[in-house]
Amino acid sequence: MNPWAEDFPILKETINGKRLVYLDNAATTQKPVPVLKAVDDYYRKANANPHRGLYALSVEATQKYEDARRTVKKFIGARKDEEVLFTRNASESLNLVAYSYGLTFLKEGDEIALPVSEHHSNLVPWQMVAQAKGAKLVYLYPDAQGRLTDAEIGAKITAKTKIVALAHVSNVLGSIYPVKKIVEKAHSVGAVVVLDCAQSIPHYPVNVTELGCDFMAFSGHKMLAPMGIGVLYGKEELLNRMPPFLRGGEMIEYVHEQSATFAPLPQKFEAGTQNVGGAIGLDAAIHYLRNVGYDRIQKTENELLNYTLDGLAEIPHVTVYGGTDNRANRCGVISFNVEGVHPHDVATVLDAAGVAIRAGHHCAQPLMEYLCVNSTCRASLYFYNTKDDIDVFLAALRKVRGWLGLGA
Amino acid sequence: MELNQIYTQILTEHNNSKRNKHHIENPTATLKGVNPSCGDEIELELREKNGVIEDAGFTGVGCAISQASASIMIDLIKGKSTDEALKLAQTFFGMVKNEITDEKRLEVLDEAIALKDISHMPARVKCAVLGWHTLENAIKGEKDPE
Ligand SMILES: Cc1ncc(COP(=O)(O)O)c(C=O)c1O
Ligand SMILES: [Zn+2]
Repeated sequence: MNPWAEDFPILKETINGKRLVYLDNAATTQKPVPVLKAVDDYYRKANANPHRGLYALSVEATQKYEDARRTVKKFIGARKDEEVLFTRNASESLNLVAYSYGLTFLKEGDEIALPVSEHHSNLVPWQMVAQAKGAKLVYLYPDAQGRLTDAEIGAKITAKTKIVALAHVSNVLGSIYPVKKIVEKAHSVGAVVVLDCAQSIPHYPVNVTELGCDFMAFSGHKMLAPMGIGVLYGKEELLNRMPPFLRGGEMIEYVHEQSATFAPLPQKFEAGTQNVGGAIGLDAAIHYLRNVGYDRIQKTENELLNYTLDGLAEIPHVTVYGGTDNRANRCGVISFNVEGVHPHDVATVLDAAGVAIRAGHHCAQPLMEYLCVNSTCRASLYFYNTKDDIDVFLAALRKVRGWLGLGA
Repeated sequence: MELNQIYTQILTEHNNSKRNKHHIENPTATLKGVNPSCGDEIELELREKNGVIEDAGFTGVGCAISQASASIMIDLIKGKSTDEALKLAQTFFGMVKNEITDEKRLEVLDEAIALKDISHMPARVKCAVLGWHTLENAIKGEKDPE
């Protein structure tokens, strides 16, 4: 019995008559009871439109929403509440920066530097900026072990670079990129750094002040919170210089027929009725994560990662992508392929054994092109996974080639 | 859904065989088909003479279901008129959508009947029909975008 199953009721579910083995945590994580309960309590007892009413219930909703902002601020080490904006997800956060900062401050000939491994959410918005402003995208290419070398960083981040956009952890290779070094380099040439922590913050503490990044984005749903709530951190001085992204209710100061002035931070970037239930769920998720503790999360995941990589190495015809030498420098996102078998068939065979993995291009098609693969399978871990889960996964994987009529 | 209903011997043999997976001589029509959700890709080549499909082949990458289904299709359509081929395509679509279940009506599909149970896997129906949709479009004269 999984020791976490009481907190994560979905882990007791069966799939195709088999116990669910959930190894698609990089796509979204499962939700613990305290998070479900916090959201439920809010809608049962405190639901009102925040900021819009002068009655007690609305005040309470506003307070809970702002409490959540304060929890996030402490969680990510921001200096001020105003630097924490709520969005729908990491994608919206990154689009906000691209539309509001990118389109305002980039000029023809400027460069945007980014690793080729970026998720489409931190790549396609920059293509839009580059096309609109005549700027250029410059890619950093990881080495065979999934690392960004000093030489690559030095060669690609130059006096022309105005924005460096990168993920803290790659959602395909699992590589942990040297963010601090990259931030220092970027700042030395006068570029701002947009950090995508969607895959890191569920597993590693992120402190924006220590890292020195200018913007940082993540999604609640990849770290135990509900879907539909995300965060953008931005330095106050930058956010103040940026125009609003979405316009409408709540984000204004005065509106006249022909013009409007805007509310101060953070409301300036939070148009319309916000996802208060989601923010409260995120608040509860952060408390839950704190109780589990990042130390314990990392210890469990490192053990499981080693166990999985060792197991995969013993299965013939399996290729693992990304770093396998330095396991300390990668996290529990494991992309692999089975020789002669398309990833979607691998996923179907595993599904029949109750094992949920992702197969496809993982919203990282430029990386797939760079790796010269059409698509990959991806198993991704979280602290509630067990060795038993990995055993079921490995056993099912051994049978894949047999099902496809190929030799073991 | 049981795996042995999907990964049948017919399917795996076609998937692993190169018999129909090659270019043909002097094709009169070539057309690409893609299934973006799976990343399946095929390129179908046909040589038609007086309304009859003399030869057909395909190349591509993709899941076993998409590649085997295309290979089985080619066995079926070679030597048939384009009208007959289009009718077979309609019967195949009817089968995988579970709209045609009468075994007598399905008989014409021969080995392609091995894909009948795909109707229980909505996510994979697109894979099974990729070859047939491409065939339909090629016969109707659709061209690859420049
Ligand atoms: C590295 C990375 N960035 C951004 C995203 C986008 O997250 P969301 O879909 O929640 O906006 C993901 C999700 O897969 C991701 O892995
Ligand atoms: Zn497919």
